Amino acid sequence: MRGAIRGFCRQRGLFNPVMSEKNGDFVVRFENVGLRYGLGPEVLQDIYFDLRPGSFHFLTGASGAGKSSLMKLMYLAMRPTRGSISLFGRDIAATSRRDLPALRRRVGVVFQEFRLLNHLSTFDNVALPLRIAGAREQELRKHVEELLTWVGLENHLKARPPTLSGGQQQRVAIARAVIARPRLLLADEPTGNVDDRMAYRLMHLFEELNRLGTTVVIATHNQQLVERLGHPVLHLDTGRLHTPSRNADAAEEPVATDDGPPLPYDPEVLNYL
Amino acid sequence: MIIRRTDLPLDRDAHARFLPWLIAFMVFLAVLALAGVLVVNRAVERWDTGISGTLTVQVMPSQKTGDGAAARQRVLDDIMDVLNSTPGVITSAAMSEARILELLRPWLGDLASDADLPIPQLIDVTIDPDAGVDVSALGRRLAIAAPGATVDDHRIWLDRLVRLLRTVEMVALAIVGVIGLVTIGTVIFTTRTGLAIHGEAIQVLHLIGAHDAYVARQFAGRALLLGLKGGLIGFIFAAPTLMAIGYFGERMQLEAMPVDGLGLVQMALLAALPLIVAAIAMITARVTVLRTLARMP
Ligand SMILES: Nc1ncnc2c1ncn2[C@@H]1O[C@H](COP(=O)(O)OP(=O)(O)OP(=O)(O)O)[C@@H](O)[C@H]1O
Ligand SMILES: [Mg+2]
Repeated sequence: MRGAIRGFCRQRGLFNPVMSEKNGDFVVRFENVGLRYGLGPEVLQDIYFDLRPGSFHFLTGASGAGKSSLMKLMYLAMRPTRGSISLFGRDIAATSRRDLPALRRRVGVVFQEFRLLNHLSTFDNVALPLRIAGAREQELRKHVEELLTWVGLENHLKARPPTLSGGQQQRVAIARAVIARPRLLLADEPTGNVDDRMAYRLMHLFEELNRLGTTVVIATHNQQLVERLGHPVLHLDTGRLHTPSRNADAAEEPVATDDGPPLPYDPEVLNYL
Repeated sequence: MIIRRTDLPLDRDAHARFLPWLIAFMVFLAVLALAGVLVVNRAVERWDTGISGTLTVQVMPSQKTGDGAAARQRVLDDIMDVLNSTPGVITSAAMSEARILELLRPWLGDLASDADLPIPQLIDVTIDPDAGVDVSALGRRLAIAAPGATVDDHRIWLDRLVRLLRTVEMVALAIVGVIGLVTIGTVIFTTRTGLAIHGEAIQVLHLIGAHDAYVARQFAGRALLLGLKGGLIGFIFAAPTLMAIGYFGERMQLEAMPVDGLGLVQMALLAALPLIVAAIAMITARVTVLRTLARMP
């Protein structure tokens, strides 16, 4: 199956290895970032981290810890209340609003609530990023149909999202997130509605994309998945980001205990990413 | 259709369905008001240039001079002498009896020529409008030279009429302006409602990397379509109404105050009105969307 999707991607020219970024260039860089909603408390505090091109991370944390909020900052749905965020080497605060769409197009997002457009067919939902980027209809038709076939929805091209099951909708959302060859893929709880078999299948899709150069961050509650796949973990604990652990073994050990003070940020630890 | 496939289901918005009808009504009113403005404007211009700088000297047949042709000619010569010696008078010409009868016919019918009515003599005078001819002084001198001669200065009553018509014109123009504002306001309201209804979908388009213009184009295209539809309906109702008014207006025309109706340019302007309104709707929708989206991060 891995071969299949790699072949699919290569053949369609969907994914070029994106390792071209120079060493020291980061896909994502957070420095001293804080976020609050309105006048509420800070839901994210003192966040520092870098994502190297081609890295693969899990983002874990209890419900309400701030995983989705961190994602929102990365896909530019919100501006941080303090600190600075760089995306593809560009400081977001210093980037004009006109240039943000171009950055957003390099980021594929699987939203926690899918956010499919209910009045559009499966096909049109997945085609959306390509159309927004100005692709021609003849060009995109084949891409979209092949990807939807790959996620097992070839018989639902014309179906509207409300008529699909939760798991099917999730796959549409994933297809929409990856169709435009993003350099950064952010998936918020992307396997929450599918059975284990489909969960692993989808994870393999993400790993294939990652192998072809896409930087991946997956927020999940599924500890089993995290342990089985063994990618480094970014762990959020009530708004604070804890040092990532290198593999599944390390992830099993709690990085910070609830009774102990949160570990301070250590840039050295992050450098291996 | 001209409008491409859109990502937002704007064509299903119930709240936008009244828009074409409102625009139709606005275009209907605007076409009538603007037609009024154009007709009045044209007539006033024509009278203004046609009548300014002209006087009419009128000589009532008087007992003293008698009725004979020779006597009449003598009086006429006297008046001509006075006129020709007045600085600022360019030409003066007595009107033929036939012409005078023709002018009187709308009021008196054939009676004027049949009956042995005393017909006044009329002399058309053109003066240099810049020479500052003192019309009342001229009138006094004429009255001495020929008892019964009076000067009819067209300017005095024309000025009043023109002022009245200019006021009517201004009011009609203001109505056109108000109609435009109401149209803009309605389109803004409709667009804002649409933005709220489709807020979630717009947010998703935004996050996927759509430029504001991409979203605005969909609203603008929709507004253009609705505007054209409404404009067409309004014009279809307005055109026969205008023709009816024109028909009755023509029958009531006074020869002294000719009204030309609408020329080609004026008609083209009226026909363009629905297109102009549709364009206003489109631009308004676009600006409204861009302004609203500018608040997104
Ligand atoms: N739109 C919002 N307005 C106000 N507070 C919010 C908003 N969204 C999230 N929060 C708050 O921010 C905190 C973090 O929420 P977030 O959704 O990021 O958590 P999460 O880790 O994604 O949780 P889950 O695993 O349940 O998805 C929570 O306390 C939540 O109440
Ligand atoms: Mg969440």
